[in-house]
Amino acid sequence: MTTTVKETGTLNGFDSTTRSIVSLTDTVVEIVSDAGEGAQKAGQSFATISAKMGNGIWTVEIIPADIQPPPRNAAGASGIRIRVGSKSVTNMGDKIDLIVAFNEQSLLGRLAQANFDPNCRIILENKWRTHPDPSIVEDYTKVYDQLVEEGYNVYEIPLEELCAEHVSNPKLGKNMYVLGMLCYLYSRDLGLAEKQVAEAFRHKSQKIIDNNLILLNAGYTWAQGNLDFRYDIPALDSDVDRIVTNGNQALALGIMASGMEMCAMYPITPATSVSHFLAEVFENVGGMVHQSEDEIAACAVAIGSSYAGKCAVTVTSGPGMSLKTELLGLATMAEIPLVLVNVQRGGPSTGLPTKVEQGDLLATIFSTHGDAPKVVMAAATIEDCFYSILTARKLAETFRMPVMVLSDANLATGQQPYPRPVFSQDWVAPPIDQRPLAEGSIPYDWDPRTGLSKRIIPGQKGGTFTVTGLAHTPDGKVAYGPMENQKSMEYRSRKLAALQQSLKTPEVTGDEEGDLLVLGWGSTKGAIDEAVARLRKEGLSVSSLHLRFLQPMASGIGDIMKRFKRVISVELNYADEPDGDIITEENRRYSNLALLLRARYLVDVQTFGTVFGQPLRPRVVEERIRQELAKINVTA
Amino acid sequence: MFGVNETQTVDYSQEYYSLEDYQSSTPRWCSGCGDNAILTAVQRLCRDEQIPPEKAVFVSGIGCSSRFPHYMGTYGFHSLHGRALPIAQGVKLRRPDLKVFVNMGDGDCCSIGTAHWIHAIRYNMNMTAIVHDNEIYGMTKKQASPTTPMGIVTNTTPKGTYMEPLNMLSATLGISNVSFVANAVEWIPEVLYEVIRQAYLHQGFSFVRVVQRCPHFLPNIFDPFLRNPDAIQILTNPGATPMSDSLKSVYKNVVENNPADINQARELSMQKDVMPVGILYQATGVPCYDELRRAPRVVSMEMRKKALEDQFNRFAVNAG
Ligand SMILES: Cc1ncc(C[n+]2csc(CCOP(=O)(O)OP(=O)(O)O)c2C)c(N)n1
Ligand code: SF4
Ligand SMILES: [Mg+2]
Repeated sequence: MTTTVKETGTLNGFDSTTRSIVSLTDTVVEIVSDAGEGAQKAGQSFATISAKMGNGIWTVEIIPADIQPPPRNAAGASGIRIRVGSKSVTNMGDKIDLIVAFNEQSLLGRLAQANFDPNCRIILENKWRTHPDPSIVEDYTKVYDQLVEEGYNVYEIPLEELCAEHVSNPKLGKNMYVLGMLCYLYSRDLGLAEKQVAEAFRHKSQKIIDNNLILLNAGYTWAQGNLDFRYDIPALDSDVDRIVTNGNQALALGIMASGMEMCAMYPITPATSVSHFLAEVFENVGGMVHQSEDEIAACAVAIGSSYAGKCAVTVTSGPGMSLKTELLGLATMAEIPLVLVNVQRGGPSTGLPTKVEQGDLLATIFSTHGDAPKVVMAAATIEDCFYSILTARKLAETFRMPVMVLSDANLATGQQPYPRPVFSQDWVAPPIDQRPLAEGSIPYDWDPRTGLSKRIIPGQKGGTFTVTGLAHTPDGKVAYGPMENQKSMEYRSRKLAALQQSLKTPEVTGDEEGDLLVLGWGSTKGAIDEAVARLRKEGLSVSSLHLRFLQPMASGIGDIMKRFKRVISVELNYADEPDGDIITEENRRYSNLALLLRARYLVDVQTFGTVFGQPLRPRVVEERIRQELAKINVTA
Repeated sequence: MFGVNETQTVDYSQEYYSLEDYQSSTPRWCSGCGDNAILTAVQRLCRDEQIPPEKAVFVSGIGCSSRFPHYMGTYGFHSLHGRALPIAQGVKLRRPDLKVFVNMGDGDCCSIGTAHWIHAIRYNMNMTAIVHDNEIYGMTKKQASPTTPMGIVTNTTPKGTYMEPLNMLSATLGISNVSFVANAVEWIPEVLYEVIRQAYLHQGFSFVRVVQRCPHFLPNIFDPFLRNPDAIQILTNPGATPMSDSLKSVYKNVVENNPADINQARELSMQKDVMPVGILYQATGVPCYDELRRAPRVVSMEMRKKALEDQFNRFAVNAG
């Protein structure tokens, strides 16, 4: 729905009386450039300003794999996508409505990968048109002509030249000029924008902050005087205080809030920024970020700290996760609490370091040799990233086992507003009882029903014992008898059953029964829910179910699935399509969740697994749902 | 303060700990295994220093030598092959009140755990590390270790080992922040005890290599040193307990060493045919990572709340 109001006043010789403000409820903007030109900073700021105005937002960073890819390179495009809505936004949306490009090659990269709305407005730096290198001029005009031919609204503007009117090095300031333009074009609050720029450059000198503020204002004024369109995205009033963070900041805040006192890590994209944030603030709550010599050491340091009574977390991504696996087995066997966060990226091996994938679910559940039961949770939203950590710490300590929290590259850098957490003392675990132990206390006093036992912490008088990764008896001694191993394995496994009994059945979105059920986990929730909502409006019988606990799984999931004619899991990990070349029912490989569900519930779960390295778009899910529904109607 | 309160004190002054307090189950090492002597020396040290058993943590890797913590009456952590050091670091970083010891085999420390060994020297955290160097893989039944001398026949090198052994003393002496390096042999209990005692009293990371006999797999390998006391070069230093008369009567090759001199230490460590026994190098005042990273103060619930609210404010969007 769009409404139009007239704006009054004449500016810079541009007659803005003829311009209308078009009111939008949902729109997608991108900024693309060469790496290092600050497109992400501008876009993240634009998103934060919008969130602060009460809008729903979702951001996706477009990150090249190299720090300095060659300039003017379609594959090396760096940038950001921002979806802004009147209401809450849960995913990156489908089509681009407006794109700002610092060069035409970055734009080409997006044309190849993203969907442009036929009416997409393109704002393009035109300094290339007069470049001394004729081949650049040729490339530029070729792309420009193509865009015009395809019917896009292209606005060529001399970005760098305009910036040069205000600062000595216009190359560095273009991004803030663009931010100013966008603030005008989308009727953003300039005061908020100025505050946001000051925050974004808070580690820089006042002179740099001032220059950026000048550019912001200049961009705003220029757009006002020179562009013939303007939008507003009215926000629906919200009566709750909210915070806007990306997923990694939410994880870091969760770590701070959980009372954990050690975060041991080794740098790896896209997990590292958790520790960047945490390193600045963790000491204020008595914690420390320790950068180890490798991921193995990081995991070992975390285990050592947890064993000594100071619960610890280690944060990593795929390759690091692989390295930690032997130690995960140790934590499971020795029953040492540990929180491990895996911000997934594309795998295997170095894979797609900056891109999203949900390929580690099975690897996380089954990561180490032998039977090593551990809890696996997945954050579905940015807010979830915060609360999952609080839950994870509690579970790790109560159940004396590793708790794995899965996030991914989409959540890591995406920003979203959510209700401001209300501080609670319960977030922090109560102090561990350190009093001398009663005579006869043993380290693994397993409850035969639940497998739970009380921990003994070094320093405690009367409790001296040796932890071992060898099979052991209740008093912690190396087990030599066959029954001892059988029993202790059973107790460690029982802990998962005990936890499972306390989990709530997840809620179905849509009807409790019907034609098609779409299952998902992790960051794809927003896109799946949006697709399902659209189709339900059309009257189609489709519902969705999103899982946060992947191990153990709550009761009732099997029953829900059985109430639908067809069930499909939608995931960002590899799966064979059933009609692929030489693919048969006997060799077809299912995506991670589908395989788990099929094995546990004996339901013929279909699967839609893709590994494009892109967040899921609702339209893609929508199309697949239609195809699946059509299959039911054929078989019925 | 949340989690464990390390400032909580118990009055130990009334208690006297005897050797039995540091003993646990009977060791299952082969008879004649040099690990027994190391165990005895360490238990004596704990008794002499009156370390409350619950305040000591022995962390080990995997191997014959890594069974060590099981035989101590203290806390222990028998971890994974090669990973004893980072686990011990995790303990020490958050529990400065605990006395941390690390026991490793030569394969544990100098093969699979090499990265951790190098970095542990550089972190220079307050703990005592003992490498039980039997120059062989004992636990897995006689495979070559990085410290196995050239030409020795093992199960993986039936034609003899191919390379010169790794010199862990000179390697350690080459790492930044190194602050204590000593060498001992388990068959001279007096020096072994003295070296471990000084290592324990040292501020920072003390690295002690103990040459340890494995009669089961390499029964004769240390014979040149056992048969010829002159091949053992005893290092004395001004701070050390004077040598006993009986020791002096057997070991005549005594060198006055200035442990502050790293060049001399490196030279001593590089000798062939002669083995230095004693403290090669000791530096004072080298920064300790665990002290640099110590939490500056106890955090109250109010401080915790404030720190969080400050961050929430940074990201706040207020209702409107
Ligand atoms: C990851 C891993 N690889 C290999 C082993 C097998 N393993 C156990 S102990 C050991 C070597 C033991 O030699 P050393 O460290 O010198 O100790 P020693 O038994 O001689 O005291 C090996 C290879 C293991 N436990 N874990
Ligand atoms: S095999 Fe060697 S090192 Fe192992 S216990 Fe026997 S003698 Fe000691
Ligand atoms: Mg050995």
